[in-house]
Amino acid sequence: MAFYELHDPQGAVRECYAEVQRWIQATGIAGLRHRSAEAEAIFRRIGITFAVYGEGGDPERLIPFDLLPRVFSRLEWQRLDRGIRQRAQALNAFLFDVYHRGEILRAGLIPPELVYQNEAFRPEMLGFDPPGRVYSHIVGIDIVRTGPDTFEVLEDNCRTPSGVSYMLENREIMTRMFPELFSHGLVTPVDTYPAQLLQSMKEVAPPGCKGDPVVVVLTPGPLNSAYYEHSFLADLMGIELVEPADLFVDRDRVWMKTIAGPRAVDVIYRRIDDEYLDPLAFRPDSMLGVPGLFHAYRAGGVTLCSAPGAGIADDKAIYVHVPDMIRFYLGEAPILGNIPTWQCGKPEDRAYVLAHLGELVAKETHGSGGYGMLIGPRASPAAIDAYAHRILADPGGFIAQPTLELSTVPTLGAEGVVRRHADFRPYCLVGSEMRLVAGGLTRVALTEGSLVVNSSQGGGVKDTWVLRD
Amino acid sequence: MLSRTAENLFWMARYIERAESTARLITMGQRMALLPGSDFLDEWGSVLRVTGCEAFLDHSGPATQADIVRILLLEPDNPSSIQSCLVRARANAKSVRTALTQEMWEALNLSWRRLEDCSLEDAGRDLSPLLDWVKTRASMFRGAVDTGLLRNTGYDFIRIGGGLERAQMTLRLLEVKYYVLLPETEVVGGGRDHYQWTSVLHALSGSRAYHHVYGGVHTPWQITDFLMVNRTFPRSVTFCVDQMGWHLGLLARDYGGAERCRATLGELSDLLAAGGDGALFQRGLHESVQQCLALTNRLASEIAEAYHF
Repeated sequence: MAFYELHDPQGAVRECYAEVQRWIQATGIAGLRHRSAEAEAIFRRIGITFAVYGEGGDPERLIPFDLLPRVFSRLEWQRLDRGIRQRAQALNAFLFDVYHRGEILRAGLIPPELVYQNEAFRPEMLGFDPPGRVYSHIVGIDIVRTGPDTFEVLEDNCRTPSGVSYMLENREIMTRMFPELFSHGLVTPVDTYPAQLLQSMKEVAPPGCKGDPVVVVLTPGPLNSAYYEHSFLADLMGIELVEPADLFVDRDRVWMKTIAGPRAVDVIYRRIDDEYLDPLAFRPDSMLGVPGLFHAYRAGGVTLCSAPGAGIADDKAIYVHVPDMIRFYLGEAPILGNIPTWQCGKPEDRAYVLAHLGELVAKETHGSGGYGMLIGPRASPAAIDAYAHRILADPGGFIAQPTLELSTVPTLGAEGVVRRHADFRPYCLVGSEMRLVAGGLTRVALTEGSLVVNSSQGGGVKDTWVLRD
Repeated sequence: MLSRTAENLFWMARYIERAESTARLITMGQRMALLPGSDFLDEWGSVLRVTGCEAFLDHSGPATQADIVRILLLEPDNPSSIQSCLVRARANAKSVRTALTQEMWEALNLSWRRLEDCSLEDAGRDLSPLLDWVKTRASMFRGAVDTGLLRNTGYDFIRIGGGLERAQMTLRLLEVKYYVLLPETEVVGGGRDHYQWTSVLHALSGSRAYHHVYGGVHTPWQITDFLMVNRTFPRSVTFCVDQMGWHLGLLARDYGGAERCRATLGELSDLLAAGGDGALFQRGLHESVQQCLALTNRLASEIAEAYHF
């Protein structure tokens, strides 16, 4: 039986949920349902939408918003906070290491081919020191809870984790609709995030930058599924939202085209994948990129957040080694655990996985967003068989994990308050110091029993509360 | 400001204005086509001609109201149809969300797909309410701009785009009249010609305003004067030219680069100013209108050039 976050083992409402419980009872299910429809209308009017690649249909559909907040107590958060920062620090140390001397590989803790033959590894970055030695400026860590005291990391996101706009908007909607819930000051605010993000990016301005750094958000454009978030963040930070065609490189500096002529740019928060950043350095067939951008970056004319090649740290094959990184670079014991993972590239692991595929969750090492994964206990024998063939064709491309008993959170369902599985993604900022807003994005699987919380697979989102004392 | 942002704001304003103007144009065509004997005159055909949409007509013979509904209201492939104007205005807005206020965005985002799901039959039956709906959307948008947007550079580009499109549509409405029936130089006391001229005024919501300026008599040259030369009527070409001149002046002050646009605008202004007291009419309405349209088109490309669109 999965841990239900509303109740303690005796079935009583846990103290941190007392306020939420009081509110549910005072409002009543009918009342909540009514307000839920209202919230959806607000979301649609504001235009917070999320497009799903490869699924066709409505390109501007909404992610369902569940009204009932997910709550962490102060004590729980203190532990999460330390664990998240620790992990973000180790991941950045790892990135610096693999693009320099590779000490952790020499120490025999990680097989070198796992790094150097990885698609996410960028040899172009070798020997280069990014400002502040920061590679991943926004580290999104997906955490699941499997018991009252167990939090485990499902995966890391070191490139450009998305979803933070939902953290901000969910809170905004909740405070707008239910101000009384926040009037006692019980809930830690999250709205400092944009200012902290801007500050973090200014701190990593290139050495040649004089005065107040000019920071921009670089988006592939309005057709991108996270475009709303790109414009939302640019807006809250009061900086320009640029597309690649707005930028050009001249004399190792990056310029944006304005009505008054070119204007220099110092820091680029890019929401474009490495491959598409610069056709001269990466994919020559990219129509998106800014020619010469990577050269300007290496010449110290501009800072890219995150650094090209940061993705090597969040690769699913590297993931298993993060606890080693924490011990190796920081000399500390990992505060947040990893989920046991079998790497199909290893013969003994592969044999186990193929024999137990029906009990495991198998994933592509380079996949994301819940695509291309197999949930053994819920898959048909034919699907399991087909997946086994895929694994055999490319063993190194797959990992497998036990099917976890993810905790459930109270969620508004057709029959009233129901239990649904959820995960959690906080966003740790790394500049010259580390910053972590007390909160994050809770994603919830809206179908009973489902373990897939990805918005691309019909998951929803919730406001997440971290209580003050 | 990014050049792309300026371009998007400029076009967003143009598309909204064009959606409304096309609605007004259809309203005018509707009124004219209702007059007895109009079967021979191809009013709808001239509406298509002035909007440059004849190519979308899929049969020979005169165009019908059903053609107009299909081509000018619903056709997604026609860049001038109201449906594609609304979609494009929203797409432009979406690319520059940060330059808009929440209310502006909501005005564009609310029920923007209404026409997408509209069948030809439904649209034909509910034509008048649909056209009113389009005008209401445009008014909501302008209201949001008027009451919420900072009077900054973005505002200048919105006003220039809106002014340009509006001037062009007033000119096009006069062209329809030209194609339908060559103007008579007589005072129009009644009959078909009278109704056609008043349809033009009506389509521009200017019938009452006209009386305040010229009294109770409708004459072709006074109506032309009102729509081209008058400085107080917000849909007159001169008014729109003044509006563009003011905002281009502000841009030139802050960013320079507008010499050629302002020269063209001056040319347009002089042409209109010399056309008072029916002079435009004497010189040939069709020629004058064509000349003005050509100048506005030139202006549009000069603006794009000056601000690196």
